[in-house]
Parts: sequence; structure tokens; C-alpha cells
Amino acid sequence: MSEEIIAKLSRYITSDILKQPNRKIDPDEPLLSSGLIDSFHLVDLALFVEDNFGVHIDDAELSASTFDTLNQLAAFIQQRK
Amino acid sequence: MTNFSTVLQRHYFEHPDQVAIYLMHPGQPDRPVTYAEIIAGASGYVETYRAHGIAPGDVVILILQHGIDMVYAYFGAILHGAIPSIMPFLTEKLLPDRYRADLQALIAVTQPTAIVTYREFEPEVRAALKPGQDSVKALIISDQAKGPQPPTFERFAGLLRKPEEIVLLQHSSGTTGLQKGVALSHRAVLNQLESYGRAIRLGPGDVFVSWLPLYHDMGLIACWLMPILMGYPLVLMSPFDWVRAPYRLFQAVSNYRGTLSWLPNFAYNFCAQKVRDRDLEGVDLSSWRAVSNCSEPMRWESHQLFYERFARYGLRYEALTTCYAMAENVFAVTQGGIDAPVVFEDVDRESLQVEKIARPAFGGRPSVRMLGAGKPIEGTLVRIVDEKGRTLPDRHVGEIALKSNCMLTEYYHRPDATAKAFLDGWYLTGDYGYMVDGELFINGRKKDLIIVGGKNIYPQDLEMLAYEVPGVHPGRASAFGIFNEVTGTEDVVMVVEVDTDIPEEREKIAEAVRLAVNRGSAVVLRYVHVVGKHWLVKTSSGKTARSANREKFLKEMQEKGQAF
Repeated sequence: MSEEIIAKLSRYITSDILKQPNRKIDPDEPLLSSGLIDSFHLVDLALFVEDNFGVHIDDAELSASTFDTLNQLAAFIQQRK
Repeated sequence: MTNFSTVLQRHYFEHPDQVAIYLMHPGQPDRPVTYAEIIAGASGYVETYRAHGIAPGDVVILILQHGIDMVYAYFGAILHGAIPSIMPFLTEKLLPDRYRADLQALIAVTQPTAIVTYREFEPEVRAALKPGQDSVKALIISDQAKGPQPPTFERFAGLLRKPEEIVLLQHSSGTTGLQKGVALSHRAVLNQLESYGRAIRLGPGDVFVSWLPLYHDMGLIACWLMPILMGYPLVLMSPFDWVRAPYRLFQAVSNYRGTLSWLPNFAYNFCAQKVRDRDLEGVDLSSWRAVSNCSEPMRWESHQLFYERFARYGLRYEALTTCYAMAENVFAVTQGGIDAPVVFEDVDRESLQVEKIARPAFGGRPSVRMLGAGKPIEGTLVRIVDEKGRTLPDRHVGEIALKSNCMLTEYYHRPDATAKAFLDGWYLTGDYGYMVDGELFINGRKKDLIIVGGKNIYPQDLEMLAYEVPGVHPGRASAFGIFNEVTGTEDVVMVVEVDTDIPEEREKIAEAVRLAVNRGSAVVLRYVHVVGKHWLVKTSSGKTARSANREKFLKEMQEKGQAF
């Protein structure tokens, strides 16, 4: 389950946000605190999660203290489901 | 005598209970702040600065976020006669080491005697200080500052500041920007507010709504000092909250019957693309009378996107206005779209690019749609000049030069930079443009500056970061911006020359350069182009020629069939 979520998130981030479809993202790689995903894309990521997993991320939660890696985001999604 | 403090004092006596600012914080009721509260809170800071031996005329650096502490610390510095300068707060992605280096660079040039910050940020700031060696006498922690107290006006040295004395400093980001503080006098700022207020027909019923950062001229002048000093309500949210919930801007305009806002071009695209209908239920934007596009190249397409998205919520097309501004002129140079809709025209592309003449489109040839930036505000003269400083006729593209009653006093402690900026009393903006019957059109820039989301970025700062990556030699990187139609702002591209031609090695270097820039600057790199020796175009003096490298990069991408 978690792997599926990670694969889907990873595909979205590399192709739609980073525009580097060939790039691999390590599940423990920092995304927000590294600047890999910049603040202008946080809204996109929240909408993607909501549309695809039915989980709402409040805008106050859109920061590295809530989730910073694919593993953390997947855990967050599963917990909220 | 008129200065910032006498203006604030007048508001205090005339309408102490009038709300000056509504501070928005997510998940909390909005906090109204009256003039009486501003003066009382600022009064506490006056005593704090005084107790720390901060003298009138000293520079005070504020490292604070959106909120009441910023209001009190800023106006406290003003009433004390000190010179406030707002430094951007550390963001999540910025490396603490880099932030520290930037802060040290700022301290070295600006020579502040005090820094105000939060308790949780104290270790970061302290790490940048060199006790006994630098100019900083006091690190003031906001929760230790004296609380609001009834004002004792005879203790406010700010009331005695002369109109020609410096009232504040404005910096742009990065090491280079922080070392070039724009110093403005009371008179210059007040002249700007008066002329610009007239240009936008400021009057009863106006309400300002803003999410803009205060370390930038658009936020600081148009959406902080102008409403507060001129007595109009300001509804203020933080840029950090806005970028995560852009719909809040629209709800705020609707709730407060907001009339005026300023946005960088990218925000038109951003809002149009990312605000959902469910967050706009019941929103009414019909009160908005001027939303001024300012601080990065303005695009007709962005206005269309924004209008098409929000017209059904009452947005009027006439409300979309334009403004050309810069910190050196305090803020606005021109304003368009107030008395009549914004002007636009289609000009022949080849004439514009090759001959540098903006001829109206003809014969079905490829054309470019130009959005007018409006006419100069009162007290500001604009000339288009050639390389020798001679005035060019209408429709000829040249450098935009200014003379005004609201010019900067100097780049603070930088006589070298100040001298270089002027030619026979005219300030050379480094921007290219042309005039048609008094209307200014902006068409690119001469200076090597990248503007991302309204933020000015110096490419040399980004290149310095790339040089720290093993495998990249100093002098062998070039950074530049390329306009992105979708986001409505520039993408940052970096070309680096390396010795290796092993693809995996190059990929590693690209990733490292990306990380170094992402974590070392206010921007994120969109693309790193790794090339072999002798790719980069150099000037005769051996410096990288960024515009030539940009052209070469675009050509290569085009040949590869990669869109840019």
C-alpha cells in the first residue's frame, strides 16, 4: 500500500513538479527542506494528494515539520485515510 | 516640519481608535491594530532601543515575521529616529550557514547597532555576530522588549528628524543585494506617497489588501507605509501563508471590501491556476478597483488568465492595472490603468528585436503584444536614452533613465555604487523600454538580474554557490533567467563547464549544483546544463557574458527540440 502511494507521488513529483521524469527520488530524501519542491508547488502537491488519495492537507500543515520525505508523506496519507 | 514621526503623531491625535492594520493569521480571528496601539507598542520599543544605547540615526535590523512584533519594532525604530531595515527571515530550505553569511555581509556594510529577532531565532543571529568586533551593540529579543505604554512624545527623537535625513533602508536578497541597501529620506518617501497616492486616485473608502513581504519595495512602500502613513486601512497576511493558501487574498478582499492590491506578474498565473472554486464560495470581488501588476515583467496573457478565472466572482476588467517601480525611486515610476483600461499594443517582432524600434504590427508579420506600464507619476521624469545618454525619440528602445523628487539618497555606505548609478543627475535603471505619447513600455533589461516571482536575484550570487561544488571551477558557470509562459515568471537556468564527460559524473554534478543553489539562495534552479570545456562565452575581460550564454543555451535547446 505504502509502496503504491510512494510510486504514485514520486511519478507526479518528478514529471509534473520537477519536470525531470527520469529522476529517481529516494523515499527518505528531503523534499521540502532541500528546496527540491519549492513553496510555489506546495498547493499543487496538496491538491494532488486530495484528488488521488482523498486526504485533505490543511494549508497550515504544508511544511517540512509535517512531512519532508516520500516515506513521511505516505505515512501521513495512510494515517488520515 | 514633516517626517514619518510627525505624521504618525498626527494620526494618533486625530483618530487614535481608527484601525490601521488588520493582521491575518491562519486559524485565528483577524487582529485589528489601531493607531493608538501602534504608537503605544512602538513606544515600548523606543524605550527598549534607548535602554540599549541605540542612537537616532543608527541602523536597526529587524529579523521578524509577519505579526504585531514587526509593527511595534518597525515604528518604534521610526519614533526613536533610528533607521529600520527588514531582513528576510530564514526559510525552511535555506541553509543556516548561508543565512549567517548573508547576515554577516549585511552587517559589514550597513553597520547596524541593533538587531531585533525572536527568542527561537536568537542562536542563528548570535552565531553571525562577532562581539567587540562588529557594530552590533544589542541583540534585542522581541519578548524582552518593553510592552506597549502610553506615549511620551517629548522622548521621541524621531519627531526631530530632518526631512532630508535617511528614514529607512531597503535591500534585495542574496549576498550582492544585501550589500547594496537603498537609503531613502523622509522627504523622498513622503513625496512618493503623495504623488503615487494621486496617481492611483487614493480616496475615502479605499482599503489595501496585501500578502507581500515587507523586505521588498512593493510590500514595504505600497502595502505598509502608504496605507499606514496616509491613514487608510490595511489588511495584511504573510507571504508564507498566502503561497500555501492563495484563496485567502480573495476572501480578504471580499470580507473587507478591499479596493487596492499589488501583485507580481507570476501571482496572476498562480492564483488563476491554483485557487479552487470551493474556496471562493460567496466571494465578491466587485470592490477591487485597482490590482496593480508590478515588480517583474508584466504580461497581457497573465491579466487575461486572471480575469477569466475571477470575473465570475465580480472582478472587473478595468481593475487590472500596471505599475513600473523600483526601490531607488522609493517605489512607483509609472502607473497605468487607473483612469482608463491598461494600454496594450502589438508591435512587429523583428523590428523590435533587430532594429530596436517598436513599430505597430503590419502585414500579418509575427508580432509581440506589449502591455503599457502607464505614465510617469508627478514629480518623476522619464527619458529613454542611448548608450551615450542622448534622448531617443518615441518608439525607439533604449535604457530608461529617471530624475525625480523621490530618488534614493545613496546606496548606504557604498559611494562607489551610488556614483556608478547616475549620469548627469539621471538615475540609469538598467531596464530597457520605449515611450509612446508619454506611455512607457518595458522591454527587457541591460543589467544582469534575474527576477523570479518578483524577487530580484543576482546571478553572480548563484554562480558563487555553483563554484562550491567539486568539479565546477571558479569562473566556469553562468546563471540566467528564461521566461516561463505557464508560471508567468522566470525560470532560473545554470550552465556549468566541467572536465568530465562521463554522463553519470555529470548528472551527479548537476544534482549537486541544484542542491547548492536551492539551499543557498532564495530561488530554486529549474535546469542545470552541464557542458564541456570552452562552451561558455566570455567577455574580453574574462567574465562570463550571461546574455550571450543564454542565447547559446536557448539555441542548443531548440536544436535538440527541447522546449524552453
